[in-house]
Amino acid sequence: MPEAASSPAQDALRASSAAADRPAAITVDGVSKTFRLPRQLYSTFKERALHPLRSREIDELRALDDVSITIPRGEFFGIVGRNGSGKSTLLKCLAGIYDADHGSIFVEGKLSPFIELGVGFNPDMTARENVLVNAVLLGLSRREARRRFDDIIAFAELEEFLDLKLKNYSSGMHVRLAFAVATQVDADVLLIDEVLAVGDAAFQRKCFDQFHRLKAAGRTIVLVTHDMKSVERFCDRAMLLERGKVIDIGEPQHIARAYNEINYGRLVHDTSDLRYGDHASAEVVDAWFERTLGERVDRVEQGDPLTLCMEVRFHAAVEEPIFGLTVRNQVGHSIFATRTDYRGIPSGSYATGDVIVVRVALECWLAPSEYQLTPWVGRTGATVEVLDLREDLKLLTVEGTGNSGGVVDAPHRWDIERR
Amino acid sequence: MTTVPAGQRPQLIGDDARRFWSLVWTLAATEWKLRFYGSVLGYLWSLARPFAFFGVIYVVFTEIAKIGADIPNYGVYVLFSMVLFQFFGEATGGAVTSLVARENLLRKMRFPRLVIPLSTVTTALMNLGMTLVAVFLFAVISGVYPDWSWLQLPVLIALLGTLATGTGMILAPLYVRYRDVQPVWDVATQILFYASPILYVATMVPEDFRQAYMCNPIAAVLTQLRHAVIDPAAPTAAEVIGGTGWLLIPLAVTVVMLALGAGVFSREAPRIAENL
Repeated sequence: MPEAASSPAQDALRASSAAADRPAAITVDGVSKTFRLPRQLYSTFKERALHPLRSREIDELRALDDVSITIPRGEFFGIVGRNGSGKSTLLKCLAGIYDADHGSIFVEGKLSPFIELGVGFNPDMTARENVLVNAVLLGLSRREARRRFDDIIAFAELEEFLDLKLKNYSSGMHVRLAFAVATQVDADVLLIDEVLAVGDAAFQRKCFDQFHRLKAAGRTIVLVTHDMKSVERFCDRAMLLERGKVIDIGEPQHIARAYNEINYGRLVHDTSDLRYGDHASAEVVDAWFERTLGERVDRVEQGDPLTLCMEVRFHAAVEEPIFGLTVRNQVGHSIFATRTDYRGIPSGSYATGDVIVVRVALECWLAPSEYQLTPWVGRTGATVEVLDLREDLKLLTVEGTGNSGGVVDAPHRWDIERR
Repeated sequence: MTTVPAGQRPQLIGDDARRFWSLVWTLAATEWKLRFYGSVLGYLWSLARPFAFFGVIYVVFTEIAKIGADIPNYGVYVLFSMVLFQFFGEATGGAVTSLVARENLLRKMRFPRLVIPLSTVTTALMNLGMTLVAVFLFAVISGVYPDWSWLQLPVLIALLGTLATGTGMILAPLYVRYRDVQPVWDVATQILFYASPILYVATMVPEDFRQAYMCNPIAAVLTQLRHAVIDPAAPTAAEVIGGTGWLLIPLAVTVVMLALGAGVFSREAPRIAENL
């Protein structure tokens, strides 16, 4: 009987061994890249002449340090990391925009030449002209660009705005146009830096479908992003970079979690007393479990009603905060997670001094084992800002007689029928 | 299936010639179109500069300084040589800042780096073509009629274009490192303007210096232009420099500039994106 859960490392191993069955689209072997940054940039002859010696002070910035990855054909691969972690540098090395110092990069098949959408768009030209010019820049012939023009415009849903200058476009329209051109490019390998967070929901859906089509057609896509949501939604595998080094490669959910940990100032896999966010404007005071309203428990029977609770105190006015609750098992896998913003739950506005209790009721279909509850409160902005997150704050034991061996025992029904 | 290194280094020229030229053309045409965009008199404005300057020069040198008075068709010569020099100045001056101006493309897209300065020279060439239409008109009105020898003009323009390309390839990556390349080149262009037979003709240069003077490829091109296009009675470049063999010197200067440019540019190409 297999073990009920596996470690993240095993997951990563499994993911990469599954990947190894397919031919590699991108092979990166021991790539390093160092930027030499003069401490003071002398950009004129005079400065150069006045300070002939001082200009030799050079800071070396190791942007990539011995990075190796193999990305199989048809994979949607995410690269995540903080600002300055080297993810864009890696993408530029892959794209042949930067020259790697050491190591080798092999790309099988035709590589898309751009790493950002809308490169070369000119605000003073109309959408029509921009599409034709951009398509040529991206590698289509002029005739091919004209032939696909209608498809591009139809995909972008911009038929009425064809002769509008691009400077009069909204940023959403701009992105739609850029994306529409980009997906028409005949490339086996697409490299994309930060794109999916823009555009309205309907268009995002469309992009998502388009990515699926590209993947189904055997295209390989490498996406660099800060947005863990798109990593979890789109990627088959992801890689976490930090200070130019590969921290981890594996399942997107696992990488997204590792990213969040590293982003809030903690080392990965350090599990003692984890608290993220500065808890200055909102604070998770407590978290507990209830069987019925007001009845606190730390043990429940499988199948019982179960309510996850947290108490939050506000030290500043916060509009529409995000409340989140995550239940993880002993090996650290998130078994159940919910948050108000994903669910579209209005969370309200709070003033300094407000104390509230947040409850999430469910039926306990967790398999008999021990679980940890992570409550958190955050705030939306350009990205989600975690105000307070207290990892594994409360322990829950689920008791039960039968354990099927799965991580959850979702309610289910058997049906066996003879044909 | 073989794994091929897909040129995972920044490219100088690239392996796809068709893409290379299509990029050069597209960038040049876009730039050129944008220049006339939104201005009703777009083309006329592009003529205004050389013609206005020409008008001033013509009056000053024929009526006041009396230099051009004894040169047959002096006006047509000044206009022609000025327009050609303007092409050289525009191509090189544009090439200087071209890499920095196209920073966004260079940092976000993989394409042969050489496309950028070449497209600048191409834009200048397109402008020259447009301006020449008006210049030809002026020539015919002034009594200079087309002749078979006008066929030398494309060759002369090609030589000038080659010189501009070589110079641009040296200057563009230098400007990425040192921003004072631009003012320096501005001054250099001005010196070149007076060191070339534009307001005067090469035969007016004292005989002792004439050979050295003609080593300047622009001087050689413009002198030949005078013979081939404006005044068949004027001496050819070979005659002024003192023999056809001597013409190898300005030609060599052009070739050396091109080779030097190719060397500098290919050395810098892989690092252009990160130095921007």
